[in-house]
Amino acid sequence: MTRSGLVEEPFSDPEQQRRAALFGMTIFLATEILLFGGIFAALIFYQAAHREIFVETSRELHIWIATGNTVVLLTSSLFAALAVAAAKAGNGKATGWLLGVTAALGLAFLGLKGWEYALEYGEGLLPLAGGDAKLGEPGKRLFMDLYLMATGLHAVHVTIGVCLLLFIAARIATRATRMPEQATTIEVSTLYWHLIDVIWVFLFPALYLVR
Amino acid sequence: MSETVTGRGGSEEASREETVNETQSERVSYLRAGHTLRSWFFTTDHKRIALLYLISVTFFFFIGGMAAGLMRTDLLTPQGDVLSNEGYNRAFTLHGVIMVWFFLIPSIPNVFGNFLIPLMIGARDLAFPRLNLLSWYIYWIGGLFTLWVLLAGGVDTGWTFYTPLSSMFANGNVVMAAAAVFVVGFSSILTGLNFIVTIHTLRAPGMTWGRLPLFVWSHYATSVILVLATPVLTVTLALIVAERLFGLGIFDPALGGDPLLYQHLFWFYSHPAVYIMVLPAMAVVSELVAAAARKPVFGYWFIVFSSLGIAAVGFLVWAHHMFVSGMSMYVGAVFSFLSLVVAVPSGIKVYNWTATLWKGHISLDPPFLFAMGFIGLFVVGGLTGLILAMLALDVHVHDTYFVVAHFHYIMVGGTVSAFFGALHFWWPKMTGRMFSIGWGRLTALFIFFGFNMTFFPQFILGYLGMPRRYHVYDPQFQVLHVLSSAGSTILGFAYLFPFAYLLYALRYGKPSGDNPWEATGLEWTVPSPPPKHNFDEIPVVTREPYDYEVEKEGGA
Ligand code: HEM
Ligand SMILES: [Cu+2]
Repeated sequence: MTRSGLVEEPFSDPEQQRRAALFGMTIFLATEILLFGGIFAALIFYQAAHREIFVETSRELHIWIATGNTVVLLTSSLFAALAVAAAKAGNGKATGWLLGVTAALGLAFLGLKGWEYALEYGEGLLPLAGGDAKLGEPGKRLFMDLYLMATGLHAVHVTIGVCLLLFIAARIATRATRMPEQATTIEVSTLYWHLIDVIWVFLFPALYLVR
Repeated sequence: MSETVTGRGGSEEASREETVNETQSERVSYLRAGHTLRSWFFTTDHKRIALLYLISVTFFFFIGGMAAGLMRTDLLTPQGDVLSNEGYNRAFTLHGVIMVWFFLIPSIPNVFGNFLIPLMIGARDLAFPRLNLLSWYIYWIGGLFTLWVLLAGGVDTGWTFYTPLSSMFANGNVVMAAAAVFVVGFSSILTGLNFIVTIHTLRAPGMTWGRLPLFVWSHYATSVILVLATPVLTVTLALIVAERLFGLGIFDPALGGDPLLYQHLFWFYSHPAVYIMVLPAMAVVSELVAAAARKPVFGYWFIVFSSLGIAAVGFLVWAHHMFVSGMSMYVGAVFSFLSLVVAVPSGIKVYNWTATLWKGHISLDPPFLFAMGFIGLFVVGGLTGLILAMLALDVHVHDTYFVVAHFHYIMVGGTVSAFFGALHFWWPKMTGRMFSIGWGRLTALFIFFGFNMTFFPQFILGYLGMPRRYHVYDPQFQVLHVLSSAGSTILGFAYLFPFAYLLYALRYGKPSGDNPWEATGLEWTVPSPPPKHNFDEIPVVTREPYDYEVEKEGGA
C-alpha cells in the first residue's frame, strides 16, 4: 500500500504505483468474495434440502432492523465515495471528516446488529449457550448456525473496515497523510469498504428474504 | 567424467587457484548487503526472503520426511510394531499436513518464484516488498502452530480433515492443526497477489507478454489459483473450528447438515491445490529443458495457454475425489469427463518439452537430469490419474495404495524433482558458486531410482487391494511393502546428498560466472550473486524469449 506520495522502491513512476495498489486491492477483494462464497455455497446447498424450515426460520428474523442496517451501510458507501472525490480534489480536511462519518455509520451498523443479536438471544433463536431454547428442530438450528457464521464473519469485516478508516482519518488529522498526493490510499481503503457493503447486499436477501 | 561445466561459464582463471574467498560480484551482492540478523529478518529484498523461505521449507521437508520414515519402518511387517494405531494415524496426518502446506505449496513459488520473477521480468523487486516479508512471517506463525500440534501429541484426521470425524469424533489437536493451515493460507494468498500484481505492473520496457519466460507464465497461473482457491479452504476450516469449539454444526448430520458439503468445499480448494503444487514444477522444467536443449521452446504459446487452461479447468474437476461418497451418479459422470479433459493441457506440455529436446544439443547436466526425472514420473502420475478419473475403475482402486502412488508420482516424483532441479540450476545464480556436477548427476539418478522403488510397488499393492491409511495388513502384501521401504531409504539418503555438496560449494566451489549454463533470460545477465537492486539500470528487452542460436557448434 502506498505510504507516501513519493514513488517507492520497485516502482518507477507514481501512476505505475497507483495501478499496482488498486490492482492489489482488487485481487484481495476477489479473495474476500470467495471467502464468503464458501458460506453462500453452503446456504444454497442447504436451502435446496431444507426449503420449508429455512423459510419458516427466516420469517422469525428481525427484518426491519436488517433493512435499516442495509440503508445505513449503503449511505456509508456514499460518504466513502465522497471522501475519494474530496481526496482527489486535495481537500484533506473534508476527506478526514467524510471518512469519519463513514466509520461512524459502520459503528451504527455494528450497534444495530448487536441489538438484533441480543433480541434473538432473548427469544431463544441464537445458537449460543443459553440463547438457543427455540432451536430444537434440526433444520432450524442449521439455518441459525449459518446465519450466525455469515453475519458474524461480516461483522468482523466491518470492524476491520471501521478501524482502517478511523486510522486513516487520524493520520489525515495529524497531517501524516496528505491529499491529494496520497489519494490512492483513500481509493484503496474505500474499495474495501464498498466490498463489505456489497457482501451485505447479498447476505441480506439470502438470509432475510428467503420466503 | 570430471569435465566440468564451470569452464563454459568463462571463469577458467579461477579454476587454477585452490579456493576463491570472495569474488568481485560477491562483494557487492545482496548476500553481503548487511550482515546483521536484523538485515535478514527485516529485509524486504525478494532475494533474501527467498533464502529465508528456502531454509524454512527445507526444515519442514525434513520434519515431514521423518514422519514418512516412521511410517515406512512400521510398514515393514504386517503387524504394527513401531507405532500404535493411533500413533500411525497421527504420523500420516502430520506427514500430509506438513508436506502439502508447509513444503510443497510454498516450495517452488516462494523460493524460486520469489527469487526469480523480478529478475526475469527486469524489476527491482516484487510490487509489495513488505507484504512479501509479511507472508514469510505468517508462514512461520502457521509453522509454529504445526510444531505445537506435533509436540502436543498430533492430530489424527488425515490431511483432509473430513467431517464428522474432525468436527465431532477425533480426539487430537484438530483446532490447532486447522488453525495452522488456516493461517498459512494467508501467506499463500499474499504471495499469489504479489506475483500477479508484479507481473502486470513491473515488466521492464519491451518485456511484452509474449516475451515472458514460461517460468513466469506458469507462476502467473499458479498465483491465480492461489488467490481464488485458498479463501475457500480458509472459510471451510473456519466452519470446522466453529463446529468443534462453539457447536455451530454446519456439517452435522444430526442437524440436517451434510458431510458431503464439507467434501465439496474441501476439494474445491484441494484439487486446484494439486495444480498449485505442479504448475510451478512445470515452470521450472520448461526453463531447464530449453536450457539443456539450447533451442527455442517448441510451441511457446501452447505451453502458455496450457498453463492457463489447467488453472481454469482445474477448478471444475474436484468431485472426482468423491466418486464413491454417495453423491449422485450423474454428477460423477460429468466430473469424470471433466477430469479427462483437464489432462489434455498437461499432455500438451509433455509433447512440447519432448519436441523442444528433439535434435537439440543436449547437455546431461544435473538440472536436465532432474527435469527428465520430472517428465517421466509426471507422465506415470498423470496417466494413472486418468485411470482414477474413470468412474468404474475408481470404484476398485479408491482409497487404496494406488491413489497413494498416483499422487506421490506427481507431487514427490514430479514436484520435488523439479524443486531439486531448480535448486541445481539456479544455485550458481543465488550463491555465485558452482557445485560438483558429478555429485549432482549422481543425486538425480539416485532420486529417480529410489523414488521408483518406493512408489512403483504401491501401484501394485493398491491394485491388489491394500487400503491406504492402514498399518496392519495382510501378510501377502509384505514383500511389496518391504521393497517400498527399502526404496524409501535410498530416496531419503539421496535427498540428503545435496546438503553436503551444495553447502560445500558455498565455501569451496568455483565462482560460477554470470551465466554458467549459457542460458537465455534476464536473470543470467546480472552478476552471480545479483547485486542488491538487481539491475543498475532497468533493462530494455529487445529479444524474443529462448533465442538460442540453433545451429551453434560445440555445445556439451
Ligand atoms: C497434476 C498434478 C496432480 C496432483 C498433484 C494430484 C494429486 C492428487 C492427490 C493428492 C490425490 C489424493 C487425495 C486424497 O485422497 O488424499 C489425488 C487423487 C486423485 N487424482 Fe490426482 N493429482 C494430479 C493430477 C491428476 C490428474 C491429471 C487426474 C485426472 C485426469 C487426477 C485424478 C485423480 C483422481 C480421480 C483422484 C481420486 C482418486 C480416489 O480417491 O479414488 N489427478 N490426486
Ligand atoms: Cu483431484
